[in-house]
Order: sequence, then structure tokens, then C-alpha cells
Amino acid sequence: MNVEKQTLVQVKNLIKYFPVYQGIIINRHVKDVKAVDDVSFDIYKGETLGLVGETGCGKTTVGRTILHLYKPTSGQILFDNIDLTLLQENELRKVRNRMQMIFQDPYASLNPRMTVGSIISAPLDVHTSFTRKEKQDRVQELLKLVGLNPDFVNRYPHEFSGGQRQRIGIARALAVSPDLVVCDEPISSLDVSIQAQVVNLLEELQNKLGLTYLFIAHDLSMVRHISDRMVVMYLGKIMELADRNSIYLRPLHPYTKALMSAVPIPDPDLSSRRDRIILKGDIPSPLNPPEGCNFNTRCPIATDLCFQSEPEYRELEADHFVACHFAQPPQ
Amino acid sequence: MEPLIKIDNLKTRFHTEDGIVKAVNGISYSMDPGEVLGVVGESGCGKSVHALSIMRLIQIPPGEIESGEIWFDGQDLLKLSNKEIRQIRGRDIAMVFQDPMSSLNPVYTVGLQIMEAIMLHKDMNKKEARERAAELLTLVGIPEANKRLDNYPHQFSGGMRQRAMIAMALSCDPKLLIADEPTTALDVTIQAQIIDLVVKLQEELGMAVMWITHDLGIIAEMVHKINVMYAGFIIERGNAMDIFNRTRHPYTMGLLGSLPRIDEAPGTKLTSIPGLPPDLVNLPEGCPFYARCTYREDHCKHERPLLEATESNEHLVACWRWQEINGEGAK
Repeated sequence: MNVEKQTLVQVKNLIKYFPVYQGIIINRHVKDVKAVDDVSFDIYKGETLGLVGETGCGKTTVGRTILHLYKPTSGQILFDNIDLTLLQENELRKVRNRMQMIFQDPYASLNPRMTVGSIISAPLDVHTSFTRKEKQDRVQELLKLVGLNPDFVNRYPHEFSGGQRQRIGIARALAVSPDLVVCDEPISSLDVSIQAQVVNLLEELQNKLGLTYLFIAHDLSMVRHISDRMVVMYLGKIMELADRNSIYLRPLHPYTKALMSAVPIPDPDLSSRRDRIILKGDIPSPLNPPEGCNFNTRCPIATDLCFQSEPEYRELEADHFVACHFAQPPQ
Repeated sequence: MEPLIKIDNLKTRFHTEDGIVKAVNGISYSMDPGEVLGVVGESGCGKSVHALSIMRLIQIPPGEIESGEIWFDGQDLLKLSNKEIRQIRGRDIAMVFQDPMSSLNPVYTVGLQIMEAIMLHKDMNKKEARERAAELLTLVGIPEANKRLDNYPHQFSGGMRQRAMIAMALSCDPKLLIADEPTTALDVTIQAQIIDLVVKLQEELGMAVMWITHDLGIIAEMVHKINVMYAGFIIERGNAMDIFNRTRHPYTMGLLGSLPRIDEAPGTKLTSIPGLPPDLVNLPEGCPFYARCTYREDHCKHERPLLEATESNEHLVACWRWQEINGEGAK
């Protein structure tokens, strides 16, 4: 890793609660779904930050809140030192062309009634004052960039396979030359051999265009493959943040340890020799997360302390953050 | 040893408006009692359709089992009447489906749904069936089984529903359990729980298990044999070491190369398979993998390779050039 890392995005104490209302006549705010609960991290320019966690851990909400698709309940999001939380809608729109998103479901995220050409040029209509000809040229260029035949501009999404549709989604995200691309489970609905094609394309584009990715997924081996650093979330909180090697070789949090050991390895020799940590029980509901440490209901090493006080999220060694009372800096 | 099930030249087709979809194209293999078989392939490779054909759950029309024999317990399952197959289905051969959310009936209690299968196949009254159902829930690791029997499916989490489905499948001590992607809809820590459970139950109860999946990693450590399927054909078959360490088919190699590994070295590039699987309506005349294969030769296009033995009689491969391919796919 290079020494001088420039921060592109700074997330500080981000909280996003979704209110739950009850009652028909008097609509009372009864509780909150604590989707993201006090999360802080940085994204450096040109890196891929992987965000992993199980269903309902708040990873997608983090991604969407960074783009201000959701308004945060509290906390700050600094994008290139601009505090997005203070911006008005029209000021926000000017920043938005520097951050784009690739969605999970390539079947639902493309309008079936629009041609590929108009899908990809939609962001250009909003964010640029290109002429028609310039837009057409840009679309051709983008299609070539993502490995699709430029003659496909007048086709409709249903004429493409899942992998090709995801390429269209990528082309649309890149249309306005963004700095940051939030990839929200971009490959989880694709077949194994197609997943590799899309991941290789994303890596290639990053090298070519100097993109910064926030890569959200639940597939740990894929996230580790593509990321420089990884964030592990559980029930709205960050459990651990470290670079891809430390988090696999020296995980400090018991949840990360269990998660890493649960990933199947396609090697019969190795996987039969591995010790698996099998966690008991299910993830608690984010409507009432447990008192103390969020992970205490499933943690193999939890003590009374974990049920009473919440562990501090702290930097145990350089660039290795963890939230566990018992995490020790490695020798 | 007499095989438990012997499938001979099974061909399953679907008649659709676009033509005849050739989903399963003449597959033959056998399973021994107590054997664990992994069936691997991408979507549309015929892995689920072939399992449904064994269970006689293919809807006719539009489906049709064009030819083949499935010998189980001295009888050809394909020649049995509907009444006769119902005696076997659920009792001797049981199945666990992919989506635990939609395979339980939401308006009946979980207990009732498990008891239904027991009372149908065993000579038990309601009270005995309930006791047996509680026993089964305990067996699959659901605490307070007696109380849980009166719960409805929505009161169960995803992992617990899949456990309940497994309990239901085990209710009549089947000789063969077919698990069709039972962990695909689950999180990785819950997936580890379910795999652990099935492996333990298989050892305890001695039944044969067919585990259908698209994830080679999952089955690496638990299976005796693996069938790799592509476009309705078995293209490679062998034990785990054969498939992972002495790979002989270019498709299997490609599949292994597309999978990132959690323990991979930094800078590893995924080797994706170019292109898409063939259209099952217009199946190519020669090798089904021809269009995507890096080892292809002219005659591969016209002559379809059949499964043949490699150095070992147990390791079969359908490729003209298997002798030149000795991939240490997993290394």
C-alpha cells in the first residue's frame, strides 16, 4: 500500500434508524429499526473497500446512505471534504455525478421499456449538457468499455442475459465518469462462471479509470478477492475493519473468526483439515438489538461484561479496527 | 454391493412455445446405499430437473420423460403408477428444497405439516405422530420442540425453517435424501450450521444423500462422489480428489478457476469462462461446451464426446482431449 493515502469519503458516526409507526387513528412512533448504528470509516481514493455481513446487518443501508439515497438520522458523510448532510437538494445533485451505484438485480434495475442506449444516456441527460451526437458517441464508447457490442444500442434489456445486463448497469454507472461507485451485491444473482467475468471487468475498469469502489456483498471469498480493505458488519455496527490479509490471517473479532471459518473452500484436502467454528442461533432482530455487545447472543467467548457494556470500536494495531472487549493486539 | 438407485439414459424434455427444451440429455449413473453424491452445475444445467425426474415431480405436460430407466429397490420408478410412486415419494426418497420460505404452508402449524407426512406413510395415530414430530425437531437441533410444533412458519427464522424441512424429510427414515440447493437462500454462518447438521445426520442414520448445488466449495469436504453437469449432460464424474485435484474437463477447470478462494494469495486473477451456456432448444450437435472451450478442435464441433474412464475406472470424463488436461484445478 502506498504511504500517502488520500481520503475520498469519510463516514463519521453515521446512524440510520427507520421509524416504525403503530396505530390507525393516532399514528404513534413506537420504535426504530436500528439499521445502521454509529458507524465510522474512511474510503481512500482508488481503493476497493469491501463491506460484508449477513442479511439485515445494514450493509446496503450504509451504501445507500453514503449516496444520500437515504437521509441519515445523524452523523456526517464527507465526500472529498464536502459534508453531504448539509447540502440542499440542488447542490447535492451536482455532487451526485461523482458517485454512482451498481445494483444487485440486473433484471429489476433496468427499465424494460427503454432501449440500452437510452438507459445508458439517462445520467448524461441529467448531469451534462452534451449534444445528441456527443451522447451517442459516449454511449458507443461505454458499451465498448464494458465489453458489449456497440451495435446493441437499440435493443431492449430482455434481449440480454443476466451477465450482459449487469454490464449495461455498469455502463450506466460509469456514464458520468464518477469517482466513487457503490456496488451493491452486483454479482450475487449471477452464475459462478459469469460472476468471474463481471468481477474481472470491474477490476479492469478500476485500473483503467482509477475508480474507487465500495463493494457490498455477502460472499466473503469474492469480497476478499476484490477488496483492498474489508469492513465486517453485524446488526448495524462495525465489528472489524482491516486490510484483506489481516482480516483473513489475523482476525481479532470472534464474529470475523467464525465467518471466515464458515466459508467453504473448494479443496477437499484443506477443508477437511480446517477447524470450523459453528455459531449457534440466529441473528437477533435490529428492532431490539441486545444490550451490551451486539454479538453477545451468539458469541462463543461472551462473559457478563459483554452483556453490560458495549465494547469500544478502537484501533488495535495500525489500520486494524475492532469492537470487542477481549480482542488483543497480535504479537 | 447392489446399488441403491441406478439411472440409465434419462432424458427429460419440456415442450414450450419456443420449441423443445432439452433439459436432461441421457444421463446414467448409480448411487450406493449410504453414499453422498454432489451434483454441481450452473443454472439450467439440468441438475434440479434430473432430481425432480427421480421423484416423478415433473409436470406432464409440458414436461416429458422421453426415455430412460430409474431403478430403485428392484423397480423402475418411471413405470410405476401415480399411486405407487406416492408410496415411495416421501417414504423411501425424500427431498429438501431450496427456498425454505416458500416450501412450507403458511396457514398450517409446522407440527401439523410434519405430522402429515408421518401419518401418511406410517401406521401412527395423531398422538404418536406428534411425539415423533417433536423427536425429529429435537434431532435437527430446534430447542423446545414441543412448544415449537404449534408455531406457524412465519415464527421460524430461515435457518429454522430449513431445519424443519429437513425434519419433515427425515420423518419416514428415507433411504435417499435429495437436497436441492438447501443452503442457497441462507447466510454463511447458517449455511455452516445446516451442512454440519446434514453431515451428522447422514452418519447417524446411514441414508444416501444427493446434494445439488452450484457452489463447488460446499461439497468439497462432505461428498464421496461428484457429478459435474453442463447443458443436461454429466461431463465429469469422480470422487472429490478427482474433481478438485485431477480435473480432466475444461469446464470443471473453468468453474474452479472462476471461484475466488478465501485463502487465495494477493493478486490472483480469476479465470472466467467466456460466453454463455448453450440454448437448450438448439443444442449443438457436437460437444455442448464447444463454444466456450479453450481446448476445442474442429471435430469437437461435430462429434459429441461420451463419458469414458480415465486412468481410474471411477473417474469419468466426456472430453476428446482429457489426456492433455490435467488441471490441478484447486491449486
